Amino acid sequence: MKVRIPTPLRSYTTGRAVVEAEGATIDELLDDLDQRYPGIRFRIVDEQARLRPHVSIFVNAERERDLSTTLEGIDEVTVMQALSGG
Amino acid sequence: MTDVIGDRSEPREWIPTGRSDAADRDGPMLLVGTRKGAWILAADHRRQRWSMLGPQFLGHIAQHLVLDPRDRSTLLLAAKTGHLGPTVFRSDDLGRTWSEAHRPPAYTPGDALGRAVQTVFWLTPGHRIEPGVWYAGTSPQGLFRSDDEGRSWAPVSGWNDHPSWSLWAEWPDEEGTPDGSIVHSIIVDPRDAAHLYIGLSGGGVFESVDRGDSWTPLNRGCVMNFAPDPDAETGHDPHCVRLHPARPDRLYQQNHCGIYRLDRPDTTWTRIGDNMPAAVGDIGFPIEVHPRDPDTAWVFPMDGTDVWPRTSPDGRPAVYVTHDAGDSWRRQDTGLPEWGWLTVKRQAMTTDQSDPLGVYFGTTGGEVWASNDEGDSWNRIAAHLPEIYSIELADPTDRS
Repeated sequence: MKVRIPTPLRSYTTGRAVVEAEGATIDELLDDLDQRYPGIRFRIVDEQARLRPHVSIFVNAERERDLSTTLEGIDEVTVMQALSGG
Repeated sequence: MTDVIGDRSEPREWIPTGRSDAADRDGPMLLVGTRKGAWILAADHRRQRWSMLGPQFLGHIAQHLVLDPRDRSTLLLAAKTGHLGPTVFRSDDLGRTWSEAHRPPAYTPGDALGRAVQTVFWLTPGHRIEPGVWYAGTSPQGLFRSDDEGRSWAPVSGWNDHPSWSLWAEWPDEEGTPDGSIVHSIIVDPRDAAHLYIGLSGGGVFESVDRGDSWTPLNRGCVMNFAPDPDAETGHDPHCVRLHPARPDRLYQQNHCGIYRLDRPDTTWTRIGDNMPAAVGDIGFPIEVHPRDPDTAWVFPMDGTDVWPRTSPDGRPAVYVTHDAGDSWRRQDTGLPEWGWLTVKRQAMTTDQSDPLGVYFGTTGGEVWASNDEGDSWNRIAAHLPEIYSIELADPTDRS
């Protein structure tokens, strides 16, 4: 499926805004993403498998916080980072 | 007259310096970590002309940039990309190219306290007989070790999983670095690779004699005027601890509650800040030692009254130096602005190895100040940088 990558993470994807990755759940998808782009998972979730602050994941257009959310029939996941502060 | 970067000089392309590069960059280098990236300031050997190299990692929090003194070419950077979490970058060519640690410092998955590293705050190279070993201090107050030059990191479980950790460490962190709960001042005894000290804000100073397997509080004598039990052995707030390299039994400490010295094997700190002028007080963040003279140290006092402005007392910036191990202090403000409300963070003061010694500090207002005469006079050598978090000496040539 397609995974949309926010600009702060594109140093891991050689600048690509949209990449391909697979997984039955968000957790598996992030693991596969990390296999393809080493280090990117730890920028999205911490070592306790919690989404980092200001990071959101949208499955199609629905925001999901649970990494065990299934991706059956899903064709697009968006990783979004909310920038704040100055 | 020393050149002032930022007023008259353009930043240069990032070019590692110090081996046999341009003649005007054959002196000490300063590694500057800021809230918005890292820079290098490089001097000629007379320390009269300074060049700026950078920025690197623009927009990242560059908390601590440190050169490995054992190989004089490996740089490690404790960094964080905005909200995207902490990591360590490394370069083995003095900053020409960088790669990220493939296993950054992180608590054990499933950690009983649910801890996750929020910031990698402090980096310390290991003992000279242990090439490739580094230590990292984090927020929450974790200690991590790398055995492969910073490529991968593992928890020091003797500290992170110590049964008293949650009693010793002020946690959870509500503030975020550099003001929150951190392990800092990781010190390796130059005589014994297994002998370590760490500082916790808040928590206190702790010592290990077995490479981090076990730990003992080392805070007796330190005042804790903010706590219900001022004599408690933990809960203290050291801001910066330094061990003297030429007399490793001597420790200096700038604490939330004063300036202290400890000469081991004694275990009771002496408040040498009582000898500071009462109107200035003895509160501050950094303390730095003279690499050749165990009796000489510098501090940058700040206002610790009422709501703690943490700026220069009375708006009069000054460095204070002792040449007698804290029995007396002398004001050093020649060249500094007559008025200024400066703040210098705990990692933002250092020295070089020259004779006379160069002393340096960076401010939260993005200025770097230098003294070529051991603090007697000061010149601003950089300005208009982001908020400075750290300054470390990097001297790829061995003139010490």
